[in-house]
Amino acid sequence: MVKRRDLIKIGATVVAAGVLGAQNVLGSTDFEGNPERLGMLTDTTRCIGCRRCEAACNKANNLPAPKTSFEDTSVFEEERKPYVADVGSYTAVNRFEGEDGKPVYRKVQCMHCDEPACVTACPVAALTKSEAGPVVWDETICIGCRYCITACPFYVPAFEYSSAFDPKIQKCFMCNQRIKDGLVPACAEACPVEAIQFGKKKDLLKMAKLRIWGSPDKYIDHVYGETEAGGTGWMYISKLEFEKMGFPENIGTTSFPKLTKDFLSMVNLTLVSWPALLGGFYMASHKKPHGEHDEEPKEEIKHE
Amino acid sequence: MNEFGDESAERHVYPADELTGAEIISNWFRDKIFLGLSFKEYMKTLITPLNIAAGIVVMAGLFLIAVRFIFGLDQITEASNEQPWGLFLTWGLFSGVPFSGSGFVVGTGVYIFGVKRYQPIVKNAILLGFLGYLFAVIFLLIDLGRPWRIYYPMIISFGTASVMFLVAWHVALYLTVQLFEFSPSIFAWLNQKYLRKVAVSATLGLTIFGVMLSTLHQSALNAMFLLAPGKVHPLWYTSYLPWLAFISAIGAAMALMIVVSKLTTIYFRNRASPEYLASIDDVTIGLGKASSFVLFTYLGMRLISITHEGSWGYLNSPIGYWFLVEIGLFAIVPLMYYYGVLKKNVKLIQVTGVFTMIAIILNRFNLTLITFNYQLPNRELFFWKEALVVISVIIIEILIYRWIINRMPVLRDHPDFPNDGH
Repeated sequence: MVKRRDLIKIGATVVAAGVLGAQNVLGSTDFEGNPERLGMLTDTTRCIGCRRCEAACNKANNLPAPKTSFEDTSVFEEERKPYVADVGSYTAVNRFEGEDGKPVYRKVQCMHCDEPACVTACPVAALTKSEAGPVVWDETICIGCRYCITACPFYVPAFEYSSAFDPKIQKCFMCNQRIKDGLVPACAEACPVEAIQFGKKKDLLKMAKLRIWGSPDKYIDHVYGETEAGGTGWMYISKLEFEKMGFPENIGTTSFPKLTKDFLSMVNLTLVSWPALLGGFYMASHKKPHGEHDEEPKEEIKHE
Repeated sequence: MNEFGDESAERHVYPADELTGAEIISNWFRDKIFLGLSFKEYMKTLITPLNIAAGIVVMAGLFLIAVRFIFGLDQITEASNEQPWGLFLTWGLFSGVPFSGSGFVVGTGVYIFGVKRYQPIVKNAILLGFLGYLFAVIFLLIDLGRPWRIYYPMIISFGTASVMFLVAWHVALYLTVQLFEFSPSIFAWLNQKYLRKVAVSATLGLTIFGVMLSTLHQSALNAMFLLAPGKVHPLWYTSYLPWLAFISAIGAAMALMIVVSKLTTIYFRNRASPEYLASIDDVTIGLGKASSFVLFTYLGMRLISITHEGSWGYLNSPIGYWFLVEIGLFAIVPLMYYYGVLKKNVKLIQVTGVFTMIAIILNRFNLTLITFNYQLPNRELFFWKEALVVISVIIIEILIYRWIINRMPVLRDHPDFPNDGH
């Protein structure tokens, strides 16, 4: 039988759950972003495949020594991903064949999306898009669920499976600490041909478009990352089609928070409608047995 | 499976003033834990070939789990950075939780809609739901990189835009709710009349809260994959994923109840009341009728959603043929249920229950493991050690279920609390 205290219980539950739901919905608002946010631009027409960016990255992030030296170009025989050696590397350069038969190189690393899938996925907000631009990770709150890895469309984050006690999420952090110290990210600094450039995303975008406009024969008319996955912090320009350089093909331009926003906005509706429907049905269909009325006369309808 | 006699049903009466403290404790153990036998007699009853086989598998599984916690996940899993979730979550979370909807599906029918027909199975349904969630959390603890931080989404840091944040909260709350929902049986076992009364009085509130939580997190489990549009195969990816998950969880819960009810009449005959045993045929027909309706709805929704996404073109591919196997199963089961109900054929409904369970497990495996990352070459689905751990955890779950059924009034009413509906 429903007593008044049951109703209060149900009511309190709805309010508590409603607050919880509301947080979810507020958490997924559209991203406007810091207009001054930093980014990177890779010009694949300039890259010579020297792997100095890989070496600089390794040194700047205190990563373990590679299996073969960074001058060894035999690694190009197979397509590498940034996480090939588990904890080994935050970036990797891959070689592809261009249309004129000459090699084309593409550097792989975190794309530092404007509205990242990994950040949307993280249940504890250990991954965040920092105001300055880099997508960063907080080791002190990560629970190791690896939803970020499941969600990332670029297959970037890697998990330190070999560690039982403090497994880390491994990915490029755009040398966040160096940026804070007023330095340029290590790979951009090491690049001998300015194939990797660092700056504000809006400036880099202008520069990329200017280059395409200035040499229409040298580039295809597209800046990868301007709109992909809702916009990325790391952009690419190229002569070879991006699909031929291992970029994911079906990435789209929808930002990731939008994919689950509709679902999360149903949370409140569901929490409010079920108690009303089911509680209402119960009240309407269940008669009190005789005798209980006498014990609780106060439950009768009052006119105020 | 039930090698114990009926002794426990007889209640030993000892005059309290003649007993020493040690005797009271030993009598309590004898009554509550050792099924009315002495410790030695009880241990003897445990040594059966089946128990020994189960023990060996469980020991092997526990050994692998220990290895994982000492040396890292890569010792027992595929440890892939392309497919970071393997068999532990695909089985324990994504396949297990839909079946654990039994508590809220049957609970809603009995306690809110007042359908007395399902009264005999409601306690069993809640127990199965509770154990399902408990073991989902256990699988999660094995799979999480830093399991000692499992409570972080509740207290330490809130990732409010994350569907997994929602899942974490709801699974935690619902596990608690189910423990309370099942507690009348525990308190009856412990002869705690007052606590039992308190627990029973909260039934309606708990049931409604349970429905709210279940709706959202059953759907949220699939909604997690909305974030991976390029990785989930187009024949499975649809914006209806969450609601398909919810509807199929209702079908899954009913299929589980049909199958487990049949199994209890075979293996737990002497733990069940005659009323329970007599009710199963009628309950099965009722559940079969409801399942047929639910699964027709599911099939319709599924077909429309694929049309909506414009994905039928993918049918003519190996994964497309594999999809036809799954959807074919889902097309056959509601018809089989319908025919079984029409002919009052309880056996057919029970067989259909098994097929439904297979269909739903196949669906979750396809979505989260088999076709996930379908574009990548040379995928390894899981490591054999993962499978061994999963099997041993399932055995532990069954052993705990048996332990509870042998002691608590789940398939029967407690003699002190007859016919009060809990």
